[in-house]
Amino acid sequence: MFEIRFHGRGGQGTVMAAKMLADAVLRSGRGECLAIPEFGVERRGAPVTAYARISDKPIHARTRLYNPDAVVILDPSFADDPAATAGLKRGGEIVLNTEKSAAEFASRWPGLRVHAVPARRIAVKHGLGPATSPMVNTAVCGAVCAAFNLADARSLEAAVRETVPAKVEANVAAAREAYALILEEAGHAPA
Amino acid sequence: MRKVLMGNHAATLGAVLARAQVVAAYPITPATQVVELIAEMEAKGEFSGRFMRIESEHSAMAALLGAASAGARCFTATSSQGLAYMHELLHWVSGARLPIVMVDVNRALAAPWNLWTDQTDSLSQRDTGWIQLYCATNQEVLDTVLQAYKIAERVQLPAMVVLDGFTLSHVYEPVDVPTQEQADAFLPPWDAPRRLDPAAPAGFGAMEGPKGYMRLRKRLALDMERAEDETERAGAEFGREFGRDYGVIETYRTADADTVLLTSGAVGSTAKQAVDELREAGRKAGVVRVRLFRPFPAKTLRRVLRQGQKVAVVDRNYSQGQQGIFCEELKAAMYGLPERPEIYGYVAGLGGGDITVELLKEIWLETDSGKASALEPAWMEDPR
Repeated sequence: MFEIRFHGRGGQGTVMAAKMLADAVLRSGRGECLAIPEFGVERRGAPVTAYARISDKPIHARTRLYNPDAVVILDPSFADDPAATAGLKRGGEIVLNTEKSAAEFASRWPGLRVHAVPARRIAVKHGLGPATSPMVNTAVCGAVCAAFNLADARSLEAAVRETVPAKVEANVAAAREAYALILEEAGHAPA
Repeated sequence: MRKVLMGNHAATLGAVLARAQVVAAYPITPATQVVELIAEMEAKGEFSGRFMRIESEHSAMAALLGAASAGARCFTATSSQGLAYMHELLHWVSGARLPIVMVDVNRALAAPWNLWTDQTDSLSQRDTGWIQLYCATNQEVLDTVLQAYKIAERVQLPAMVVLDGFTLSHVYEPVDVPTQEQADAFLPPWDAPRRLDPAAPAGFGAMEGPKGYMRLRKRLALDMERAEDETERAGAEFGREFGRDYGVIETYRTADADTVLLTSGAVGSTAKQAVDELREAGRKAGVVRVRLFRPFPAKTLRRVLRQGQKVAVVDRNYSQGQQGIFCEELKAAMYGLPERPEIYGYVAGLGGGDITVELLKEIWLETDSGKASALEPAWMEDPR
């Protein structure tokens, strides 16, 4: 079982990032996946949490998750919030939407592995929303699939096509760009 | 084909595959997407039935009462206050013997306002003469809508398919969506034995005196009782068609269990994880998930639960002044048997509190150790 918690803000497509991930996992045949929104009254800009459980066996637990293997931070403002890493397992991993390098977070999160993805920059480049609040979810989903080897690029692309309501090609391009970037960095990372 | 679906959309596809002919609904969180998707599919020409936007839940059920009287296969979805508002019509529909299928997405009743899951809304309707089926996964939601039509039409009683608000309704997971041909092979068209028809005038909803009323209620009671076997039969037929079997209850690792968790809805799925962990620690744990609540599957439960066994009933619902509702129903079903299990009640997760694996293990351990009270329910909460 691999458990992920997503932190974003209303309007960033946090829940859809988790749903796209579930779809990509299904299509790539790498196991079962549940995408679980943290249930509340949605408001633009308010903190949004979602979860994903991935397993090669049937998933029975239908609850929030409290000790994730990884956290995914869609909104960089949560990087300073201790709630974003609360309960994260020892040796856990973080996918962070940032234009800084992963090495710059080594002292903030000792013992945790950081995957830095410039999702904001990628989203803006592909014209996904205004520069002040771009839709980063497809880029982030691409990064997550690559960082944890959860889906191949073709399954990711199909999942994005199935989910996004508009700007399909731009979203596919953003997801693929982030996927390739993280894959390349993982390739260069020390074993 | 397997598709990632939210529970609400699994319910919609069940109704569309059942070729529901009339859908009348008023939206309410967390059930809104069930009918929103039907409206969208109708607009795109993917749903051939009639979708009626209507001014209230009470009117929605009244509209279906009319449509079903004319012989149409009918569907709606609601939740919480909306279901409560339909109450009067629920009695009417069952008394008129109309096999309408409705999805209820469990949500707590106000006050105070609360959007989250709690079974007290559907269980408050337990005496209305509707069959009630509780689901544990999104797959089961789709499958159960199809089965509900078959059961309802065979016994000529309405059926409610119940799923946990948010915990199923808004969670995405892979669901095997049957083809229309497969659904048609399982569920033939509804051929109503009586219908409003200008060519063959008849009286509907006439006054009836005590003797006639009593006789009709007895007939309804016998047909409701028959629904226990019909649910098993429809579940087995579904299994032959789709490879997924369903019964009135689901048991998990109960064969040699000393103590079992008895629960319903999505908690019945989480309980399997708790039992797997208890088994790994050498404990003889099992799960009984009650899928059919009305009629209460007393016959099956009397066969499965045995003397010497402890049963921890986990209720995400409460009857004020009494106890958890599944617990009281189970006690009533077992009373009078010369040999019966010990039954302990736990109330948890009201208003959407998380019923976690850890909480279920704690409940199991408290019951197994003999520390629980057999007279009073224990209120339990995960402190996180």
